[in-house]
Amino acid sequence: MAEIKPIKFSDEALQLCHKIMKRYPEGKQKSAILPVLHIAQAEFGGWLSAPVMDYVASLLKIQPVEVYEVASFYTMYNLKPVGKCVIEVCRTGPCWLMGAEDLVKFIEKKLNIKEGETTADGMFTLKTVECLASCGTAPMMQIGETYHENLTFEKCSDILDNYKAKGEHVSHWRKERITNHSDIKQ
Amino acid sequence: MGRQLLINDLDKEGIATLAGYKANGGYAALEKALKMKPEEVVTEVQKSGLRGRGGAGFPTGMKWSFIAKPPGVPRYLVCNADESEPGTFKDRYLMQRKPHILIEGMIISSFALGANTSYIYIRGEMMYVFHILEKAIQEAYDAGLLGKNILGSGYDLDLYVHCGAGAYICGEETGLIESLEGKRGNPRIKPPFPAVKGVWQCPTVVNNVETLAAVVPIINMTGDEYAKIGIGKSTGTKLISASGHINKPGVYEIELGVPVEEFIYSEQYCGGIRNGKKLKAVVAGGSSVPILPAEKLLKTPKGEPRLMSYESLSEGGFAEGTMLGSGGFIVMDEDTSVVKNLWNFTRFYHHESCGQCSPCREGTGWMEKILHKFLDGHATMADIDLLWDIQSKIDGRTICPLGDAASWPVASAIRHFRSEFEEYVKKGENMRDIQHYYRVNQLEATNS
Ligand SMILES: Cc1cc2nc3c(=O)[nH]c(=O)nc-3n(C[C@H](O)[C@H](O)[C@H](O)COP(=O)(O)O)c2cc1C
Ligand code: SF4
Ligand code: FES
Repeated sequence: MAEIKPIKFSDEALQLCHKIMKRYPEGKQKSAILPVLHIAQAEFGGWLSAPVMDYVASLLKIQPVEVYEVASFYTMYNLKPVGKCVIEVCRTGPCWLMGAEDLVKFIEKKLNIKEGETTADGMFTLKTVECLASCGTAPMMQIGETYHENLTFEKCSDILDNYKAKGEHVSHWRKERITNHSDIKQ
Repeated sequence: MGRQLLINDLDKEGIATLAGYKANGGYAALEKALKMKPEEVVTEVQKSGLRGRGGAGFPTGMKWSFIAKPPGVPRYLVCNADESEPGTFKDRYLMQRKPHILIEGMIISSFALGANTSYIYIRGEMMYVFHILEKAIQEAYDAGLLGKNILGSGYDLDLYVHCGAGAYICGEETGLIESLEGKRGNPRIKPPFPAVKGVWQCPTVVNNVETLAAVVPIINMTGDEYAKIGIGKSTGTKLISASGHINKPGVYEIELGVPVEEFIYSEQYCGGIRNGKKLKAVVAGGSSVPILPAEKLLKTPKGEPRLMSYESLSEGGFAEGTMLGSGGFIVMDEDTSVVKNLWNFTRFYHHESCGQCSPCREGTGWMEKILHKFLDGHATMADIDLLWDIQSKIDGRTICPLGDAASWPVASAIRHFRSEFEEYVKKGENMRDIQHYYRVNQLEATNS
């Protein structure tokens, strides 16, 4: 895998975390845990290792176990390494009615992996997720922050090929957004 | 089409920006509200008859009147933008296209409640909408609509967006509050209610995105005028998220009281069933509400046309009716397997149960397993009764309504579609073929 990086946020990310912590009352900085974990996941290769979670705990001045507890509860946090690009296909009722099950099978076949697995080249991880509030444009999948809607096999195939050609890391919290983030506190 | 108050002007240029929103009458309601007393704003909302649009339909003005006001203790307004009830996508639609209506509604509502800090809790998956809101909030700060001394009124408000990270249960208001405090989203035992002890143990009101947005037209037109729209106690307009086997899925704003049949078949709305198929069943208010077969959906037990309103949809109680819920209207055509759809929903509730209460944690898992037996062709007739028995032991016996929400779909499916369960038992493994509704060829057809 990649070179071993020291566990520390970039300056921009650190600044942003402090800004976010100020959004909550004095002494309630623990509230920032969910956004800070999203940033951590974007900073450290798409998943949260124990040392990363310990680092977040120190940042928020809480116990590491408080971070583990939270990180393991919410489905958007990956506690194991994932591919550069995590494909999240909605599998819930309304999407199922429109063919989500077959879409998952199609992607499994195309990438030669099963749901939950990562491709050998480390490019894609396939996840199934619950209703993403996009049922009117079913079937759909999310990659990073982007919703890909009204999918057909062909459309889905093209989209995946595109990500593969770019070969970039994609995260929910877009890194380029971090630096542009507006300072809201007056 | 009836009157539209929330999404009437989405085609106007720049409506997502402050300038575009203002050019179309935006923030007039805020100016008006800031000249009123906070109690007067609450009274207008009470008069409007507005009911919570998040699913429970609780009168908003009444909820606001319950907020405790201990001296020296801050109060909070939290907007529930966790939208994750399967079949519901109206809040995302509205926030993405017209973020300022939510912000304006939140400033007015915070003013009415005497809150000086408010939060929008948005589900983490909608990260791009998080950034749309951040941008819109920044615009509002820059224009003096947020921050200190808003529009010279002396009223201060800070508004922040907070994001979740994937958990349906964080839509339940006390689960949401726990999550906002940086914990697992385990719902709290009530009482105390959030209006007394909410976030950080302070009085808190949690309202849905659409509820808070509706406060804007209410202030603009007055509560009395708003109450004239709609039918009976279902006042105003409602955003309906229409999905499934219809020609025109999407978000529609209806005046409450439109006949269900018109909603499904008219060109203004869903445009009828896809591919010329027949309507089999509908889940009318998000995955949690009882499923109804076509004939019971279109007509009330008295034989009258059923309407899209809180009262009409629930006419006949759970035996014959359903609920308006969140307005997630999921349509199924004649080829749909109700049993398999139910398995999917039950799997969802099992996956999303926070695990605090044994009836919900264990019951949802058992129901999922038993339903899987039907799909695999190994179920027996006794399993139908067992399913019924389990759901009846969850309903009403849990900390939060997720337990009820998991049991109602099961109860209603058995009640109205028992013969389909029996068919699965009789045909056993031969039923496997019809499990995959919408097979490969459907996705190969052009559906984009
Ligand atoms: C399991 C569960 C999930 C819920 N999810 C949502 C949701 O995503 N959005 C929402 O507004 N309300 C949701 N609710 C309802 C909220 O608990 C609460 O009633 C609502 O936010 C109140 O706002 P309202 O009065 O404006 O509707 C959910 C309730 C339960 C039990
Ligand atoms: S009913 Fe289910 S989701 Fe709700 S608190 Fe109990 S276990 Fe958690
Ligand atoms: S069911 Fe897939 S987005 Fe709602």
